[in-house]
Amino acid sequence: MATYRLRVNGRPVTIESWDPAQPLLYVLRNALGLHGPKFGCGLGQCGSCTVLIDGKSARSCMIPVRQAAGRAITTLEGLGTPDRPDPVQTAFIAEQAAQCGYCTNGMIMAARSLLNEMPKPTPEQIRQRLAGNLCRCGTHTRILSAVLRASKA
Amino acid sequence: MSTISSISRRDFLRTGGAVVVSFTLGGVLPARVRAQETAAGAGLGKPVDPREVDSFLAIHADGSVTVYTSKVDVGTGLRVAMSQMVSEELGIPVERISVVEGDTAVTPDQGGTGGSTGVPRGAVEVRQAAATARQALIGLGAEQLKRPVTELTLADSQVRPVTGGQGIAIGALVGGKRLSLKVDPKAVLKDPARHTVIGKPLLRPDVPAKCTGQHVYVQDFSLPGMLHGRVIRPAAIGSKLLSVNESSIRDIPDVRVVRMESFLGVVANDEWAAVRAAKALKTIWSEWQGLPGSEGLDRYVRQSAVDRDEAIVDRGDPSRAMPAAAKQLSASYTWPYQSHASLGPSCAVADVRPDRTTIWTASQGPHGMRTNFARIFGIPQEKLRVIYLDGSGSYGGNGNDDAAADAVLLSKAIGQPVRVQWMREDEHGWDPKGPPQILDLRGGVDADGRIVAWETQMWLPTTIPGGRALLGVDAAGIAQGHGQGAGQISQNGDPPYTASNVRVVVHWLKQSPLRISNLRAPGKIANVFAVESFTDELASAAGVDPVEFRVRRLTDPRGLDVIKRATEMIGWQARPSPNPKRVQGNLLAGRGVAYVRYKQAENYVAMAMEVAVDRASGKISVRRVTCAHDCGLVVNPDGLRNQIEGCILQTLGRTLHEEVKFNQSRVTSVDWATYPVLTFPEVPSVDVALIDRPELAPLGAGEAATAPVAAALANAIFDATGVRLRNVPFTPERVKAAL
Repeated sequence: MATYRLRVNGRPVTIESWDPAQPLLYVLRNALGLHGPKFGCGLGQCGSCTVLIDGKSARSCMIPVRQAAGRAITTLEGLGTPDRPDPVQTAFIAEQAAQCGYCTNGMIMAARSLLNEMPKPTPEQIRQRLAGNLCRCGTHTRILSAVLRASKA
Repeated sequence: MSTISSISRRDFLRTGGAVVVSFTLGGVLPARVRAQETAAGAGLGKPVDPREVDSFLAIHADGSVTVYTSKVDVGTGLRVAMSQMVSEELGIPVERISVVEGDTAVTPDQGGTGGSTGVPRGAVEVRQAAATARQALIGLGAEQLKRPVTELTLADSQVRPVTGGQGIAIGALVGGKRLSLKVDPKAVLKDPARHTVIGKPLLRPDVPAKCTGQHVYVQDFSLPGMLHGRVIRPAAIGSKLLSVNESSIRDIPDVRVVRMESFLGVVANDEWAAVRAAKALKTIWSEWQGLPGSEGLDRYVRQSAVDRDEAIVDRGDPSRAMPAAAKQLSASYTWPYQSHASLGPSCAVADVRPDRTTIWTASQGPHGMRTNFARIFGIPQEKLRVIYLDGSGSYGGNGNDDAAADAVLLSKAIGQPVRVQWMREDEHGWDPKGPPQILDLRGGVDADGRIVAWETQMWLPTTIPGGRALLGVDAAGIAQGHGQGAGQISQNGDPPYTASNVRVVVHWLKQSPLRISNLRAPGKIANVFAVESFTDELASAAGVDPVEFRVRRLTDPRGLDVIKRATEMIGWQARPSPNPKRVQGNLLAGRGVAYVRYKQAENYVAMAMEVAVDRASGKISVRRVTCAHDCGLVVNPDGLRNQIEGCILQTLGRTLHEEVKFNQSRVTSVDWATYPVLTFPEVPSVDVALIDRPELAPLGAGEAATAPVAAALANAIFDATGVRLRNVPFTPERVKAAL
């Protein structure tokens, strides 16, 4: 079995996989027990599997493990913890910007990526950036408020 | 590397041997599941009889409290609301209350979670148990403190004199022991004027974990030795499996194929191997073309075989009154099949052992699942335990029950715990759907604008008692004697306004081409869409402002209140529709209103909307929504707002975009490109006003605010364009064609 070296949440890890096309999502969730990223569609359409690769948001269901090799991956767990949350996480908690919370991972990771590039986005820029992240519960207005709040933190 | 296990139905149903395999913990278990294991394993012999206080509550020696309920928090905030109601009665901080939900071994059966019953039934029953416990605790304290109960109170986790002084902690009074009390339906609840916890916007306990990846969803749950399963659905809904070519997955490591008649699954230690194998496995299925197709579905539905007609409202004689009316109108409205479209596809873990079976599921009805599965799989109820874990929002009966049946079939066949995770096309393609609805309305107003005749006819699939047919069970050829149903889909078909001669007739159809189930606010969204659109049509025909037309015919002060609030918030200007100043460049602008008394007996909701319609593209932009909502006592205003906002935005998506497409064989809208939902650029500003009625019982809020959404939108579009949209979804193509 081929092995792949990557950095996940700041730590070097070596992954064995029988299939170089295995999406990063399955590696993170099953080999590393990181359940922040979620399986939503496996098609890159919904955003619930979003992680940061070298600081930029990426759909982990669409990234083969071989392409993730040598890269720095950050998952929701690596962004912050309940005791030491990232400002985006703090803002989502303050705004209670979740219902079922299944999309929350993608929303927070996409927002982190946006704020890395653009610390003070307008509400319209936030909407456009999150256009490809789906929320089925209808928590959109709170998510928008949370991202705006994080940009002001 | 694959092996095929062909299992006969007979083998499957044969009772297993007497081998006892103990259940070992490990893998990923959420804290509350560990707590449940401890409770069950500690020999508390916890009762689950809903007449017993101990069924709902356990007071621990450290003064903390565990609440047990069959109602589950599917992201609705029920957990914190219920804790607030218990906290209020027991004088214990919310942080010291934990809630165990939907575990058939330890929670009383208060029914499944649906119909907005989480608070009004689930939490209200728990609160009554807590009020009973409160009485008992004060009684026990009175004995120990040697003071009359009238001089004592329960606060800050102790029984103490009202006037202050030495008290006794409730943990010391009863901690760890059973109260052995019947729930007293007359136990007095705390006076609303003295509420200190109810009515506060307390934060939900699950949100920090959801925002940091710590929350364990059923999709994240695992057991030692657990295998990953995938089920290969047939090429067409009624196809039979003719052959399987196992060598087609020879290259994928350690995969086993399970076949039972037309039920076909793969299991593997590695999840990706199961995904690959399910996709690569070559199969041949029989031809089947038994569906009418979604194009022209309305015609098909109208011609479908009728089981029976039912007049659910029958007042006066509309047929006689109609011809005498000064103005007569008629119109037809349609609503398509819609999917629950859960963002995370359904998932379940089953561990079928010879002596007991355990299922972990996000189903909204764990107790119903136990009854149903025990019957279908021939497992004694006491040997089948169903444990709820949070999942992706389900909004009713999505694929969760089917995924659980898949997991049971595979675990039983393989003899190991199996996790079945549906893929995207499974959820969109195979979840049971919200049924299509057709409504024909006729109405007449007299010269003074009074509604003198109203008739609604609906075409709806009939309800047959019993659980719905489970896909895997059906494919495996196991008899399941199922029913059919989608909830209380015929409510709100009559106007909530003063009207003489009203008749609502339901043509209950024998069958539905696609399998159906409850989908959030079952039936009511379409019924209110028709009734409130038609009310606007009558108002327009009478040349009267839509709000004035409604309030003149409404006597209920709570109804009048919500209409007043919602329309004030949007700055409603009274005038008849359509908007005389609607043209704004290439856009047409307008506003609309709708009102509902949910189920004609519950919440009062009024909603106003501002929209703009692009004449060139037919695209609808909803700019602003205001909503006034009265559900009696408000337990947690922030949780309530979150639910109402969700009702509004989800239903905007359902109205603008959502329609299940299918051909003669199967569903063809199987992903987010072919079944789009609301996206961020479309989201309007949403303002919600809560009307609190502390003296009244609380009602649920997971559904009511969905009901007026489509009507308010259609009414606003009419105001903007002068065109009436009567067929959901309001796609740009339909809008352009109508303009």
